[in-house]
Amino acid sequence: MVTSEASESETDRVFQALSDSTRRNIVTRVMRTEQSISQLAQHYNMSFAAVHKHVAVLERASLVTKERRGREQIVRGRVETLRGASHLLNTYEEIWRQRAQQMDALLSETQEKG
Amino acid sequence: MPVLSSEIDRDALTLTFVAEFDGSVERVWQLWEDPRQLERWWGPPTWPATFERHDFTEGGESRYYMTGPEGEKARGWWKTTLIDEPRRIEFDDGFSNDDGEPAPGDPIKGVVTFEEISSGTRFTIVSTFGSPEYFEEVLGMGMEEGMRGALGQIDGVLADARQSH
Repeated sequence: MVTSEASESETDRVFQALSDSTRRNIVTRVMRTEQSISQLAQHYNMSFAAVHKHVAVLERASLVTKERRGREQIVRGRVETLRGASHLLNTYEEIWRQRAQQMDALLSETQEKG
Repeated sequence: MPVLSSEIDRDALTLTFVAEFDGSVERVWQLWEDPRQLERWWGPPTWPATFERHDFTEGGESRYYMTGPEGEKARGWWKTTLIDEPRRIEFDDGFSNDDGEPAPGDPIKGVVTFEEISSGTRFTIVSTFGSPEYFEEVLGMGMEEGMRGALGQIDGVLADARQSH
């Protein structure tokens, strides 16, 4: 049984990371080739700080890593997280567990009402 | 805990999830049909869903968003492809862009079945993640060469399966 505090917040993190089209785009870009935050900022007509924030969200979801190199911060995709689609499928399984629990709660609620 | 079994097939990219509910097949069907009930279970607890549109008919489309802990919105869409009330639902589910319309990439295909059992309803969903494009567009997968090859093979298998239908 994977229902735990940890896996729930994992789901949250992945949801949050992928809820935004810019973040999905950043993941795609840095999977292809590592980029500095300033390089990324040029692509998105966005401030350095805004891109930095997006990268932090992706980092929390283990989708990218960030490493300081001189004056630059280099962002790289974490291929190992995505390899085998395990991460995605596990997350999706957790989502269905939560859905089933919520459906169950809803059904017992209407039963009580009679 | 209503979950009976949950099986992940990493090669076929499917999740088969089975649960039993204390309630009639007709009652469980309502949880899918009525958008106000649907939005009480579709999103994770910290990401409640709002269905702005839910055309629960064959070929009908739905639009929803889930609101995260910091007020951020994750938008998604549905297309109901088959309805056999109250036994079977088939639908596609995908990410949307900020304007609410479908984002590029193949959706997740869901096949839902409801069976009457003595204690209520047995519910099964088989979810299939489609083509390599889905991963490339949405998750940035497939950028790795090895992955591209493996997913290409899966795509071929899925195409064969579709033809044999």
